[in-house]
Amino acid sequence: MGFEGIGASVKRKEDPRFLSGRGHYTDDINRPGQLYAFVKRSDRPHARITSIDTAAAKSAPGVVAVFTGADMQADNVGGLPCGWQIHSKDGSPMAEPAHPVLAVDKVRYVGDPVAVVIAENRQQAKDAAEALAIDYQDLPAIATVLDAVKPGAATVHDDVPGNQCYDWHIGSKEPVDAAFAGAAKTVKLELVNNRLIPNAMEPRAAIGDFDPSTGDYTLYTTSQNPHVIRLLMGAFVLHIPENQLRVVAPDVGGGFGSKIFHYNEEAIVTWAAGKVKRPVKWTAERNESFMSDAHGRDHVSTAEMALDAQGNFLALRVKTLCNMGAYLSTFAPSVPTYLYATLLAGVYKTPAIYAEVKAVFTNTVPVDAYRGAGRPEATFLLERLVDVIAHDIGIDRVELRRRNFIPVDAFPYQTPVALQYDSGNYFATLDAAQKAADVAGFEARRTAAKAKGKLRGLGYSTYVEACGIAPSAVVGSLGARAGLYEVANIRVHPTGSVTVFTGTHSHGQGHETTLAQLVVEQLGVPLSQVEVVHGDTAKIPFGMGTYGSRSLAVGGSAMVKAMDKIVNKGKKIAAHLMEASVEDIEFKDGKFTVAGTDRSKALAEISLAAYVPHNYPIEELEPGLEETAFYDPKNFTFPGGCHVCEVEIDADTGVAQVVNFTAVDDIGRVINPMIVEGQVQGGVAQGIGQALYERAVYDANGQLVSGSLMDYTMPRADNVPNIHVGTETTLCTHNPLGAKGVGEVGAIGSPPAVINAVVDALRDYGVRHIDMPASPQKIWSIIQAGRPRAAAE
Amino acid sequence: MPQVALTVNGKQHTVEVEGRTLLVELLREKLGLTGTHVGCDTSQCGACVVHVDGRSLKSCTMLALQADGCSVTTIEGLAKPDGTLHPMQEMFREHHALQCGFCTPGMVMSAIDLVQMHPEGLTEAEIREGLEGNLCRCTGYHNIVKAVAAAWPLMHGKPAPAAAAE
Ligand code: FES
Ligand code: FES
Repeated sequence: MGFEGIGASVKRKEDPRFLSGRGHYTDDINRPGQLYAFVKRSDRPHARITSIDTAAAKSAPGVVAVFTGADMQADNVGGLPCGWQIHSKDGSPMAEPAHPVLAVDKVRYVGDPVAVVIAENRQQAKDAAEALAIDYQDLPAIATVLDAVKPGAATVHDDVPGNQCYDWHIGSKEPVDAAFAGAAKTVKLELVNNRLIPNAMEPRAAIGDFDPSTGDYTLYTTSQNPHVIRLLMGAFVLHIPENQLRVVAPDVGGGFGSKIFHYNEEAIVTWAAGKVKRPVKWTAERNESFMSDAHGRDHVSTAEMALDAQGNFLALRVKTLCNMGAYLSTFAPSVPTYLYATLLAGVYKTPAIYAEVKAVFTNTVPVDAYRGAGRPEATFLLERLVDVIAHDIGIDRVELRRRNFIPVDAFPYQTPVALQYDSGNYFATLDAAQKAADVAGFEARRTAAKAKGKLRGLGYSTYVEACGIAPSAVVGSLGARAGLYEVANIRVHPTGSVTVFTGTHSHGQGHETTLAQLVVEQLGVPLSQVEVVHGDTAKIPFGMGTYGSRSLAVGGSAMVKAMDKIVNKGKKIAAHLMEASVEDIEFKDGKFTVAGTDRSKALAEISLAAYVPHNYPIEELEPGLEETAFYDPKNFTFPGGCHVCEVEIDADTGVAQVVNFTAVDDIGRVINPMIVEGQVQGGVAQGIGQALYERAVYDANGQLVSGSLMDYTMPRADNVPNIHVGTETTLCTHNPLGAKGVGEVGAIGSPPAVINAVVDALRDYGVRHIDMPASPQKIWSIIQAGRPRAAAE
Repeated sequence: MPQVALTVNGKQHTVEVEGRTLLVELLREKLGLTGTHVGCDTSQCGACVVHVDGRSLKSCTMLALQADGCSVTTIEGLAKPDGTLHPMQEMFREHHALQCGFCTPGMVMSAIDLVQMHPEGLTEAEIREGLEGNLCRCTGYHNIVKAVAAAWPLMHGKPAPAAAAE
């Protein structure tokens, strides 16, 4: 066996099954006697349901049952709960309107589930749904955040006047106002963070199963956090005790946040399985993904910076209007507040910051966390603002950044917006990125491009983000209704092989490999003898799942703690077996050795003794070698870095192409460099997608216009370049691995780097800012409008 | 119900299907070959790509009845009977060209056809263009492109032409 521990780019253990078509995704699972559900959705943005006639659907071929919101209500089914409560400036709790599983009385977005048809096969269910006669009375709809706050606007929920969910703030207003009053210069920017549709390649799916003999339910679902789903659905929606509800999230084909949340269909199939006493399967068609997976981003903001004469940042003032959609999705309220506004210091030592965030309801799909969740929005705002400041006051954008970076010796650094960064070195990542991107050679490349009729630009983004989510007491005080620790159970088997039961969930991240590498490192067991189990509440302890780049920093730390316990117990057993004192036992490379001697016992000998305790300190030690540890992080972790993007724009068509992309990130300890590079590359591609291609569009009446892959532009292989990835490490100071997290950095750092590059490419055309996506149409219009001036120069 | 007779991964099957049944539904639901995935409803994603008579094809875009008499290869049929992976599968693993694995079967099937169709060699740009019909949300394509380039010499049994290798 070669080196397989921390730092080794070992090949993934999960790959053979995925490469040979033997993965087990939810839709691949079939239960005996299984029926199929088709969810009938509203095609209206906002309407009163005046009647639903199910008779024809019920008598259609193959149909077993048809259920509506009234049926669920009559059965005392609860609404979908929200996992986070925000309080407004005035101390009042956020508006939390009812979120029925199937619509009752009204529909509030295109895609809102209205009824479910259950039939012997998929096609029969779908055909019968056509026979449902639903009468609607249309109501005026709110399509955008700006519409929602207009005086006299229609209301999405009768009990939420003005459509306001909350009006929240952070930081202190007075010092910011004072700094603005005395500033040498102020710079203001208005910007939009475009609404996105996550589009994990595996559409959501769910199978409800019910055992009438025991009354036990099982839900198979495309989830990033099966225990969270079990808790929310069991306790709040269907009132099934934990011991009678098992949730399995098997292989999951990408999540990016969109599979964190507890969705209507999970409750529908589980409840319906109990009603019809047969398994019920639902699989989203892609058009349903577009209109029912929680969307991401959707902010409209104003940002203002006060500066002194030397270009030092004195104060930042931000106002953001953000979209919750029609109902509160599981973590929605936390995203534009604690995951966004707390990051507005960025990598800068701005001494005073004040941000106001107003969240509103609209007649659109619920909006929640999407890769990066709040942090890409903060980074885009700041990194665009910094470039605009450089432009407006005529200072070099890199010099401006360096002047305002948090100094290397200032860590731990307390920001004015609640967070305390434990470690980082923004100068190091900037230097390394400039070098790797050959910034020195850029002007030559720009000139060469010009000769080909192309406009070439270079853009930077220097960012920090908060992940490793999260210290439970801290988030509890901020409104979280859950703990955010993580748990691991390490089972050393009698012959020394190891199974890890983790509360985290892998849906592409490669945990079966990286988490196993931690065991290789700490217990000296070869990788082939380590198995990682995740995703089944019947097997794993109560853990919180995977999002917020938490699996290694929090879940991995729980493993380290559990393995510490294994080693401590193993030392006692070894001391007994070798008749030495515990203090003299050392553990290294899988061996317990009596210090200073050649007497040793391998882990497998110790585990055998633990399970066959014939010669064993049975008076003081329990048999067995299995330990569980819960780890609650002391702080968030703070990955950061510098992304450098080069674009080329075709001046005739306005098409922008990213031609070079360099990401140098500080993600703390790296376990598997190969997987880290892949995570960054994937995140950057999503960031390029946001910056150049993707946008969820509703028309003025609230119809989803970008409702399919033909209308919503996903980045394809020829839309993204090779992505150069580097790391510059400062370790996290408060977790045992020194790990920070890598899942989101690519999507957080990259969008402003791309837009800054586009603006740089267009610098001769008098452009100061471009909102995302920088589509060919937008760029072409800028070039057309700017041409006379550019030509005259 | 009409019948379709076809060969899948070397095995003969005769199956009753509805006229509207898609090839991918036949594979997944009737034959239990769930390695072929469905990622969309508009023929955009390529998760469903299989080989029909040796050429790659989106199996969500063909009726099962149209496959009558055809020979179909799915991801499950790529490895040798002794389990040895196809060079494209090997290179995907070697270069970490998959994360969640959902796009992977379609991506691998498309990539094999692409390499087979280009005995003269493939540039990076040609690989990217050749994979345009397959979406991957996880990898950013970087490692997929690397894997396909690395599979070319293995599949053609000769070093990649210099121009293509650069
Ligand atoms: S399933 Fe998307 S192209 Fe066939
Ligand atoms: S590996 Fe997840 S979509 Fe490609």
